[in-house]
Amino acid sequence: MRPAIRLLDDALIARVLGEAFQLLSNPGIQVGAAEARDLLASSGAVVEGERVRIPEVLAQTCLGAAPREFALYDRTGSAVVRYGGDAVHFDPGSSCVNILDGETRARRSAETRDLIRLTQLAEVLPQFDAQSTAVVCSDVPAPVADLYRLYVVLAHSSKPVVTGAFSGETLQGMLDLLALDAGSPAALRARPRAVFDVCPSPPLQWTNFAAHNMVRLARAGVPAQIVSMPMAGATAPVTLIGSVTQHAAETIAGIVIHQLAAGGAPVVWGGAPSILDMSTGIAPVGAIETVMLNLACAEVGKHLGLPTHGYLVASDAKLLDAQAGAETGISAVLGALAGINMISGAGMIDSLACHSAEKLVLDAELIASTRRLLKGVETPTSTLATAMFASLPKEGFLASRETRALFRTEQHLPSAVIDRGNYQEGAVDDAFSRAHDAIPRLLASYSRPALNPALLAGFAELLARQAAKFGVTFSPPTHDNAAPLHANLR
Amino acid sequence: MEEEILSRMRRSIVDGAPQHAAALAQEWLQSGSEPLHAINDGFIPGMRHVGEQFGCRALYLPDVMAAAEAMKAATAVLEPEIQRRGLKRGVRGTVVLGTVQGDIHEIGKNLVGTLLIAAGFRVIDLGCNVAAERFAEAAEQAGADAVGASSLLTTTMVRHRDVIAAMERRNLRPRVKIIVGGAPVTGKWSAEIGADGYAADAQRALDLVKRLVAPSAGDAP
Ligand code: B12
Repeated sequence: MRPAIRLLDDALIARVLGEAFQLLSNPGIQVGAAEARDLLASSGAVVEGERVRIPEVLAQTCLGAAPREFALYDRTGSAVVRYGGDAVHFDPGSSCVNILDGETRARRSAETRDLIRLTQLAEVLPQFDAQSTAVVCSDVPAPVADLYRLYVVLAHSSKPVVTGAFSGETLQGMLDLLALDAGSPAALRARPRAVFDVCPSPPLQWTNFAAHNMVRLARAGVPAQIVSMPMAGATAPVTLIGSVTQHAAETIAGIVIHQLAAGGAPVVWGGAPSILDMSTGIAPVGAIETVMLNLACAEVGKHLGLPTHGYLVASDAKLLDAQAGAETGISAVLGALAGINMISGAGMIDSLACHSAEKLVLDAELIASTRRLLKGVETPTSTLATAMFASLPKEGFLASRETRALFRTEQHLPSAVIDRGNYQEGAVDDAFSRAHDAIPRLLASYSRPALNPALLAGFAELLARQAAKFGVTFSPPTHDNAAPLHANLR
Repeated sequence: MEEEILSRMRRSIVDGAPQHAAALAQEWLQSGSEPLHAINDGFIPGMRHVGEQFGCRALYLPDVMAAAEAMKAATAVLEPEIQRRGLKRGVRGTVVLGTVQGDIHEIGKNLVGTLLIAAGFRVIDLGCNVAAERFAEAAEQAGADAVGASSLLTTTMVRHRDVIAAMERRNLRPRVKIIVGGAPVTGKWSAEIGADGYAADAQRALDLVKRLVAPSAGDAP
């Protein structure tokens, strides 16, 4: 039996959807993009200025048209991430600004070398099913930073990528980059390697840029992940259930726009809902209520049969301390028990404002333990215990055949990052140090995917074009581990 | 008697009760008492208490919001009488706030505004996605003491430079201080672009404004 958790019963989910449909028609949704409003108007929605009232029948039709499942593909064309059902995958948190420097343990602006390191680690750690465009590199001009981070990840990884565009202008560049990587726009559509986060603006608003990007992603056949993020008490009702209802309305509105643009295009019922911390005003990712919101929102999506996503496995702590471990572990376990298809956030601290390579390494251990939990208590032997007693060697269970045959599946065997040793005076270190020490070992097993030089030249040309469009000169930074990459850029 | 009303005024702010605060202000005027006395010794001490309690986690953001509402309700009643008597209510200064162009994150900026209002500053909130020119225009029109530009995206942070340039074009600097904030903003960035200051959170933003905007004569205590 696979363990699972539920926070909402069917009757309550029905009420959530009932009120979400009411919100869609009254007060309706603000939609900034004329193109999206036109699609809605011609399909039966009532458009008054930017306000769109979406009738329930239209919403139901679009929910019915959205695919129940789809896959993300790796560079070799294998479907390694399966959105849908109760599949659980993990990817690092996205688009961070800062990095916790592993040497100084102080926070600083993230740079190319940090993105490369995070990407390399996520590549070799099997716990991560997908990459994310983890940080924004402060060493490249801002107008190209968005496209650049996707480029760095594609150049260093073969895994699928969870990404997103910061503006309408950069989306096309990112899609072009992915199409180059896939071989053609048609190949990208057939075997998408990336999913794009797109955020409505709470409460009940799809801005021009977000709505526009939904339309363009749908038409390109590249999966869109709707990341609605109501902040309970600030941009959404203070009650958890009120925020879940708002999340449902915003997400359904996004699905309607998306499916009207291209019926059957892949879309995810995602989210990063949170509470508002009433003392500091931040959006605490580590709060149990934030975790509950993520679970409850995903349950509504599952009830509708849609692929799901949530933002967990992160912390509000500023260091890799006990708080970071507790918040990360609790949310990883609960998210997995909820069967959320893609759980983003690993590696992140400081309420999603700071990434850490060391935390990524520690989180991989937590994720491995979580996966063990999901397998549940299994019954691999015909009798539960009696046969093992009957055949017990005199040396005890450690010498029994079953122990040798089954310990690898019965137990998750952690790496040395997890301290289970005996106390040894003078040799006690903390998890940060152990994770830090593990990084060179992990990176030694990394090798960069062999990319066709023509592809790299194509990437470079795209970046140069993007830079020219924004009137900036782009010369790729040359930093220790970034150097070999950029050799290709010249 | 007067002392008793003043203490009820303090209470009405701490309770976050706008109607009650307005009624007390009304009562005060009916008795012919001096309106500034009510503000300075009744309502403002209430606000100060709320600020302190917020700082030590005895009161929370919704309490501060409610207190600011009550403060607004009370001053709305007293303001006409203050003007009629030709008195000048000292505000600590005027601050123009907004989130830069291309950026719609506004929760943090709103918080900064709330704490500034609670501390007695006049705040002109331009909302989000605000063009650089509008910051400068509003600052000029309002005779602002400071302009605060918020940015939550690394891609929009560069707009801070535009705000500074727009302020310079109107010759508003160095008289009008420019402060910047938002998750990706650092002290280093602030120094690099030549802003007058940066703060990591709303409480520090308030301290920064207090430091930059020197109280002028006649200001509230
Ligand atoms: C809530 C949120 C949103 C909401 C905003 C709702 C709203 N009406 O404001 C929505 C969903 C709309 C949103 C959208 C997007 N977001 Co957003 N969002 C956040 C989130 C989770 C919290 C921001 C927040 O409100 N924090 C709480 C407040 C209280 O904190 P604060 O803003 O930092 O403000 C405090 C201080 O900074 C300071 N301060 C703030 N302003 C000022 C001004 C002055 C003058 C001073 C002195 C001080 C000061 O005081 C404040 C109070 O203490 C952050 C993550 C994070 N932890 O910052 C991401 C984050 C900022 N978003 C991010 C992104 C990428 C986006 C999108 C591009 C996503 C997308 N692909 O669609 C869009 C951008 C749309 C746009 N063009 O602006 C990234 C930015 C990454 C980057 N490198 O720039 C972040 C960091 C998350 C992440 N890691 O991916 N987002």
